[in-house]
Amino acid sequence: MVFVALLVAGAILAITLLLQALGSNTNYFYSPTEVAEGKAPIGKSFRLGGLVAKDSVKRKDMTVNFDVTDNKNKFNIEYTGILPDLFREGQGIITTGSLINGTFVATEVLAKHDENYMPPEVADALEKAKESKK
Amino acid sequence: MWKWIQAFASPQNFYRISKKLIPWFLYPFIALTLVGLYWALIKSPPDYQQGESVRIMYVHVPAAWMSLFIYVVMAVAGAIGLIWQIKLANVVASVSAPIGAAFTFLALVTGAVWGKPMWGTWWVWDARLTSELILLFLYLAYMSLNNAFDNPKTAAKASSVLAIVGLVNIPIIYYSVEWWNSLHQGSSVSVTKVSMQIDMFYALLLISFAFKFLYGTLVLMRSRDEILVREQNSRWVKAIIIGDNK
Repeated sequence: MVFVALLVAGAILAITLLLQALGSNTNYFYSPTEVAEGKAPIGKSFRLGGLVAKDSVKRKDMTVNFDVTDNKNKFNIEYTGILPDLFREGQGIITTGSLINGTFVATEVLAKHDENYMPPEVADALEKAKESKK
Repeated sequence: MWKWIQAFASPQNFYRISKKLIPWFLYPFIALTLVGLYWALIKSPPDYQQGESVRIMYVHVPAAWMSLFIYVVMAVAGAIGLIWQIKLANVVASVSAPIGAAFTFLALVTGAVWGKPMWGTWWVWDARLTSELILLFLYLAYMSLNNAFDNPKTAAKASSVLAIVGLVNIPIIYYSVEWWNSLHQGSSVSVTKVSMQIDMFYALLLISFAFKFLYGTLVLMRSRDEILVREQNSRWVKAIIIGDNK
């Protein structure tokens, strides 16, 4: 019985610590607006997430320059290395690095995708429908 | 009704009936797997962004669903065993744990294999991935606690409490992608909407039902073994064993 009581106490302690840890730092990344508002730690490494801005990707050798935007604010990213398969303009990405003189120098770029899955033909049809509406 | 439940749940009766129940789970599992594989590998289309790699989903998502489902079954069975002292419930809870742990492991591994080409990383410490890893640790903790006692009654008591307390992790896993910014995307399938093409959804459903029947088959088979071990001193088990030796 003492053992069970200890166990429950231990489990409750673990969950309390877990929830506390989750509450303070569970957001995996900051959005460009949050960074602009000064919520991200400047001078330290943090993660920035957003969409790759259209027509902003410039490659020079292994170094890529592009903008990450949340349609309100945007930051210029500089990254040297291999990009994931899903990296493309308009794609959601999460990048780790730090802000140096207004440029986000990234050490890692991860691609995020949304919960929608569809065949290529449907995606094409949707894209066309969108353009004809414009 | 109560009497009927108690009669059915007696180890001896369950041992007799479960033998007849196994084919009702085993054959649907085989059939659903074959049709599901056809749908997942041939009938369903590639994804517009991920191409053929999207097919990892048909193992990853059903395995992840099973990891949550089995945990809830385990905790509920543990609670029934704790409250009404039904031996069968304790047996079901204890044999479910390794199966649940296996599905959790499968979900984590297929997720890593999928994450590397698509996201660019095997693993990140975001809310969804971390909470699913904690689920694996909960299963492992449950199993080791259950095996730490010689007396199955004490073992069932201690481990059921752990399983019930650990239930708090289940909604955390499920809603992790909504509550926090995570690398893992939101749910594609919920009660209100399905954000995928219909053949993809059918493949997902077929495999996830196949997994449910697989779980049913394994629970029945493992429970029968476990009951024989736990009831080894009772007359009916001895009769079976002597009968088998004749």
